[in-house]
Amino acid sequence: MSHQEVSPEVTYTVHHDSKETVKKIIRTTVLLSVITLIELALGYWIFFINKDPNHSVTLVHFIKGVIVILSLAKAFYIVSIFMHLGDEIRNMIMTIVVPLMLFIWFILAFLWDGTSYKNLRNTYDRQHLEHSKEAAPVEEHNSEKSGHGEKAAEHGEKVH
Amino acid sequence: MSQPVAANTKWWSGGKSPFNIEYGKLMMWYFLMSDAFTFGAFLISYGTVRISSNGWPDPNHVFQSAPLLGNGLPLVFVSLMTFILIVSSVTMVLAVHEGHNMNRKGVVKWLIWTIIGGAAFLGCQAWEWTHLYHEGAWWGSNPFPNADGTISTSNFANFFFTITGFHGFHVFSGVVINIIMLIMTLNGTFDKKGHYLMIEKAGLYWHFVDLVWVFVFLCFYLL
Repeated sequence: MSHQEVSPEVTYTVHHDSKETVKKIIRTTVLLSVITLIELALGYWIFFINKDPNHSVTLVHFIKGVIVILSLAKAFYIVSIFMHLGDEIRNMIMTIVVPLMLFIWFILAFLWDGTSYKNLRNTYDRQHLEHSKEAAPVEEHNSEKSGHGEKAAEHGEKVH
Repeated sequence: MSQPVAANTKWWSGGKSPFNIEYGKLMMWYFLMSDAFTFGAFLISYGTVRISSNGWPDPNHVFQSAPLLGNGLPLVFVSLMTFILIVSSVTMVLAVHEGHNMNRKGVVKWLIWTIIGGAAFLGCQAWEWTHLYHEGAWWGSNPFPNADGTISTSNFANFFFTITGFHGFHVFSGVVINIIMLIMTLNGTFDKKGHYLMIEKAGLYWHFVDLVWVFVFLCFYLL
């Protein structure tokens, strides 16, 4: 039994070594920063690949897949170390993690649906297909001139 | 990984709390799980609309400006925002850690740093929104053409402002919660209670905000 009553719901108090915990926090911080830097490097890689009009689409998809996996790794370390979920009772961890498995279905089903909608619309709605091939009017949207004031006027009530 | 427990511990036979975790902390976890589904639904609807569109603006073209540095710098400003949030997450863990040690001064120090980090992040986001607004982007209006030069819809701007706005609102409420925690710590409320569990709960919320940013950063800036 714990000598220090924190809350009636806590039966056993687990004491961690203070210095060891700080070390773990610093190690995790470094790890998260390094993963972020790798993600940024990959992001710039995509940026430079995209400059070449005949770039390989498969390569870009592959790099993006790697970035997704790295983000999931970051999420794991934040939840497990910073939020201390890794230090809880296994049953408690499962009540959080198992419901989140719904995301696997959620993501797959909706991206699949979106792809199907795109294909059906391009097949049966010629007008939509033609419209989406129209080139955007070349405008200097970076210059100070085409600020929001003019844009708002152009779009009328749609904006507000 | 999980808390070491003797294999034959009968958690459900009475006399013990089966999850060995304080009630408020457990409820914070369940709240965060539901909030994860809210953010997930937002991001997945963004993904669905994006994948069903024939074209989409190139993030490196849209987010290419930084204050004082000018244009043509993709990912620079947003990486600063990401690092600010990671660092404020670390200072929060340290505040929680000092709370375990019942060290009031340490908790105050690290909470102040966390609040500064949160405020800095909100300031960055305010700058970015203002900048995009002046470029003509807002709900219902998107000046950026698709990556392949074709005409775009306002979907991109709608999702960007809705999702980063919802996340920014979470950061804002996190900062407010942390300020309340700071005041309570300074008043000695937790020393009187004998534990700093409230700091842990606020910390869970704050880390969740950082966690969501990992995915917002991924979906809007990197993919």
